[in-house]
Parts: sequence; C-alpha cells; structure tokens
Amino acid sequence: MTLAIGDTAPSHELPDTDGRRHSLHEDGATTVVVFTCNHCPYALAWHERLADVAGDYDVRFLHVNPNDAERYPGDSYEAMQKRVAEERWTVPYLRDEDQEAARAFGAKTTPDVFVLDGEGRLRYRGAPDADHRDPSQRAAWLREALDALGAGEDIARPETEPVGCSVKWK
Amino acid sequence: MKIELLWWEGCPSHPEALEELERILEEEGARADVELVEIETDEQARAERFAGSPTLRIDGEDPLPAGEGEPYSLTCRIYRLRDGRVSATPDPDDLREAVRRAL
Repeated sequence: MTLAIGDTAPSHELPDTDGRRHSLHEDGATTVVVFTCNHCPYALAWHERLADVAGDYDVRFLHVNPNDAERYPGDSYEAMQKRVAEERWTVPYLRDEDQEAARAFGAKTTPDVFVLDGEGRLRYRGAPDADHRDPSQRAAWLREALDALGAGEDIARPETEPVGCSVKWK
Repeated sequence: MKIELLWWEGCPSHPEALEELERILEEEGARADVELVEIETDEQARAERFAGSPTLRIDGEDPLPAGEGEPYSLTCRIYRLRDGRVSATPDPDDLREAVRRAL
C-alpha cells in the first residue's frame, strides 16, 4: 500500500527512544513524518537540513526508523537511543519495529518525507530537496510544502521522487 | 588499469559514481576498463569485501578503504567529502587522486 496525496494517513502510535508513544498524526496539527535510519548516507546527509526545518516551523516533526535491525544492527533501538543522546536530537525518533507504519505509508527509502495536514491527509511526499550533497538546497521542497500549507494555498509540487537507501524490510 | 565498480540495487548512488569516475578518467587521459559488478547477497558481500554501494577497486585494491569494523553487507556506503560532509559517493578529488596513483 502507498498513500496517495489527499489520502488520510494511518494513525499508528510508535515509541520514541525514551519509550514515549507518539501518534503519527494528531488532529489540528501539521505533522512531518520522515522515515529515516542511522546507517544510510542519504539520511545522514539530509539530517541537519531536516533538523533546521523542524526548528524553523511550528509543526510536529517525527523521525521514524523502520529498518530490520537484525540484519542492520546499526538501526537497532539501542543504536537509535545512543545516537539521539550523542547528537542531542530535539525531535522524537520513533521505532517502527514491526514495519507496519512504513508499509501503511508506503515508505520506500530513507529518507522518505511525508507531510500531513491537521486532518491527517497527505499533502507532500518525497525527497527533502533536489540534492543530498548540496546543503544550500536547505530542504527546499519540504519548506515549499510547509509554506504553502501554512498559507492555506495549494502545494505546487506535492510529490517528488524519494531518494535514498531502500527501506530494509524483514 | 582495471577498475571494478561494485554496486547493489538497494542504493541509487552507483550511476552518479560511475559518471564521475568516467569524467575523471577522461580528464586524466586514463585508459581503463570499467567493469560493473552487482552484489546480490550478504554472502557475496562478505566474499567480495563489499563495504557498501558503490565500492571501487582499482587494479584489485579499494583506493578508499572503509573504516575498520565496517561490516561487509548489502548497504549504501558512507563516504566523507573533504569538508567532512556525508555523501553517498566518493569525493571527486579523492577519486581523482586514486586514478592518478594508478596511472
């Protein structure tokens, strides 16, 4: 299954690295859900840019790691906890252990960015911007989507091709 | 010079790495046979000492060795650009130096 633009996202609840559970969408709140991981160069390269977006916008921002930790131990819950502590993350990093959220969203890569409006409908899906190697891009596609959503306007580019490492399915 | 570019389908970076490699070979006037080697299983990854996609071998040697303890598996390889940023492909200047060393 893959969410299409306009579809209502499933309301999974997932634990963060402190064990607190977060719903993937919340009524009345714009939510950015980024499927990501610890070991992918694309996810790592875009991470700071996404963190900047999280700081610049008054929206819920959730990172979700769905990767199979048995084959990729670097993506285990313990490794996620270690990374959050070492890098002092300011946004929740959620574990999708059974991969149900990733399947329900149709996540393909890490990163894969989904923007949900206050009613839980998908309004943007894809890459943060056009080039993981170019920090000056500043996650422009995601910012454009959030700007339009905040202004109550149509999103000019609601869908882009997600780019990154494949999700590591069990 | 014989160059192998080892790649895995779960990582989209090898076409970009190949393009940069071919550009550098041309700019350096280097004659090389570039062979693409697809890695499809974890067993093959271990046997080939594949630290992630893409991995280059020039005349049988990895010119940009992975860090110690890097597992050999089906994954995307993490490279560091010269300014310290993470990248899915090697820094072009590192690639150019490797080609020059092999000339």
